[in-house]
Amino acid sequence: MIDALLWTALPYVTIAVFVLGHYWRYRYDKFGWTTRSSQLYESRLLRVGSPLFHFGVLVVLLGHIGGLVIPERWTDAAGIGEDAYRAAAVVLGGIAGFCTLAGLAILIYRRRTVGPVFSATTRNDKLMYAVLTLVIVLGLAATAAANAAAGGYDYRLTVSPWFRSVFYLRPKAELMDGVPVLYQAHALSALVLFCIWPFTRLVHVLTAPVGYLTRPYIVYRSRDERLGEAAPRRGWQQAP
Amino acid sequence: MAQMAMVMNLDKCIGCHTCSVTCKQVWTNRSGVEYVWFNNVETRPGQGYPRRYEDQVRWRGGWTLNRRGRLALKAGGRFRKLSTIFANPRLPGIGDYYEPWTYDYETLTHAPPQDQPPVARPKSLLTGEDTRISWSANWDDDLGGSVEHGDKDVVLAEISAKVTLEFDKTFMFYLPRICEHCLNPSCAASCPSGAIYKRTEDGIVLVDQDRCRGWRMCVTGCPYKKVYFNHRTGKAEKCTFCFPRVEVGIPTICSETCVGRLRYIGLMLYDADRVLDAASTPDDTGLYEAQRQVFLDPHDPRVAAAAERDGIPHDWIEAARRSPVHALINTYEVALPLHPEYRTMPMVWYIPPLSPVVDVVRDTGHDAEDSGNLFAAIDALRIPIEYLAELFTAGDTAPVGAVLRRLAAMRAYMRDINLGRDPDARIPERVGMTGESMYEMYRLLALAKYDERYVIPPAHAEQAHGLEELATECSLDYDGGPGMGGAGPAGGSGPFGEASGGAPPIAVENFHMLKHRQTADRPADPSDKRHRVNLLNWDGKGMPAGLFPRRRDLGDGDAGAGP
Repeated sequence: MIDALLWTALPYVTIAVFVLGHYWRYRYDKFGWTTRSSQLYESRLLRVGSPLFHFGVLVVLLGHIGGLVIPERWTDAAGIGEDAYRAAAVVLGGIAGFCTLAGLAILIYRRRTVGPVFSATTRNDKLMYAVLTLVIVLGLAATAAANAAAGGYDYRLTVSPWFRSVFYLRPKAELMDGVPVLYQAHALSALVLFCIWPFTRLVHVLTAPVGYLTRPYIVYRSRDERLGEAAPRRGWQQAP
Repeated sequence: MAQMAMVMNLDKCIGCHTCSVTCKQVWTNRSGVEYVWFNNVETRPGQGYPRRYEDQVRWRGGWTLNRRGRLALKAGGRFRKLSTIFANPRLPGIGDYYEPWTYDYETLTHAPPQDQPPVARPKSLLTGEDTRISWSANWDDDLGGSVEHGDKDVVLAEISAKVTLEFDKTFMFYLPRICEHCLNPSCAASCPSGAIYKRTEDGIVLVDQDRCRGWRMCVTGCPYKKVYFNHRTGKAEKCTFCFPRVEVGIPTICSETCVGRLRYIGLMLYDADRVLDAASTPDDTGLYEAQRQVFLDPHDPRVAAAAERDGIPHDWIEAARRSPVHALINTYEVALPLHPEYRTMPMVWYIPPLSPVVDVVRDTGHDAEDSGNLFAAIDALRIPIEYLAELFTAGDTAPVGAVLRRLAAMRAYMRDINLGRDPDARIPERVGMTGESMYEMYRLLALAKYDERYVIPPAHAEQAHGLEELATECSLDYDGGPGMGGAGPAGGSGPFGEASGGAPPIAVENFHMLKHRQTADRPADPSDKRHRVNLLNWDGKGMPAGLFPRRRDLGDGDAGAGP
């Protein structure tokens, strides 16, 4: 029962909150949709911590896509055995995870000690930092514990199929039975993170400006578009 | 396309800062932009605001030509921008502007009887703690402190490494600056989200507050450092050319309140297709002339026909013909762009000041109205002329000299007329003008009334209802307004961090803030944040929550509320 709740219901609730939350936030709070950068106050620590964290977490994200989305048979077919895969994952993921955690530590230290940055920190931010740290620490701990104690754990036989089954709309909660508790905790904390995601500053991730690479440098816009304003009333539309 | 442009006559600027103050009252009198001056007045020589903003080796603002001779952003192109997006390496810190502060005025009224008069201590507006004031937006006003840091002027360093501001060689003038609303804006090009745009109708460069994500690249991209980061909302803000006013045909607030009446606003027609070529002119010193070639002559019937075909209303073309800006830039050729070498094609131009020259001639006991004396001085005074050339023509002294000779000639020519003597026709001839055109130029520079200085065709009546702040609809009915789930007109905070929930129009926010301040018994505390009180709006009544750290014996911060 509790398994069904955690591994069947919760993922769908999370997806719903994540998607609808972003839609709702975009509709009603475009103005609040920002990185809320504090670089103006302090730059020295940020210049070390922020790239460390962000590039680290991007590699971690790629690793998760590789681990969760790509089935083990595909990598087997490509001639990458489980041992080789795990070695690469542990080394790359370990480095990236460590960078992420170190960056996050620097950023949190900065947030706490630099006066203006601390006073610009909202309760919302604090909650987000706590959950984010928890997710990262649990993820690293799960990897470390599994590899130190038992020569690794092949989550690609349990966690990954479960993850994919959620998106196939045929959730297989039973796959999560017997998964090491740290992995379970990491997955659950990640679900919580995705639940609060649309309501925190993390929304800036969804508007990562990749469009910058292709758009023309100078943007021209007509006054008549009046983006974000109510449509002209009947009789007030501009004559064609 | 049409561009709303400005010319400032620097000879008339007395450095009173009225433009800055009124602009601040209208646009940046809010928490988060305490340190921001959309309009500021700098004393030159001086460091400017933010400090040494002209040092593009350090800040990398504007455009440059790459090895293949093509125009490129100085701070790096698209990939470079995105790879440094997590920590912009060229972002000025708050220390390069100044740390905003207020004074603890309450001590003055609430101090118990004591031997020493109480002191209002400066408090930082960022932390609420005691602070030491060490810089501001015009700390070196009137050359104040130039003995200590006069050598930090970037332009002086360009002229010569050895120039010192010796007392007998001192010259000084004021430089009011707003956003240049460039034809080739590097802030817009630097914006990863595409939130900064140039309006096709009037060329005003604006930040879409709903699309800005706070990546901060525009602050680096603007070589004039006229895009600012609102540290409360996490969005970029900049001079808007007072578009709600300009749209209804009245001048910007800085122009409206200018005591010296030194600002001119008018339309310029230009060929948008030629902007890139002009900005790519190989030689820095050719940029002034190249930009002038981009402008079109509104009196040319072919230009007028083409403009009308492109949808520019007829009255706008007529306004372009009467534009004082067009007259000063292209007819009389006395206005020059500020730092054309940044290659952004700026659209706020300046008539360089003749006063450093006049002052020297007069102080040496010669007749400062005589064209011969003035011409000789213009040729002889190396430092002021080179300084002006570094500001306005990328170091080429010829155009600056030509402008100053015209102004000097006008001075001499008009003296004869004012004293009832026969005007000397040779004087205008020496600067390539006729007596008639010189008189017309004099009229525009010295006598022009309000409607001649500001020729602003309004946006069209059929569009009126859509203008930003005309209350032809329910005033709460804007997107994100109270009726739409927003935080409401008081500029409060939504649940997702400060100022989330939609930006109220600034006029609405200011109106409510002022009303609240004038009627409330309690101190105005618009941000409703423990640590960030908008002390600019604080009237000295009581102690806003968050002004000081909590004290146990007082309990809540409000306990010390005033009488």
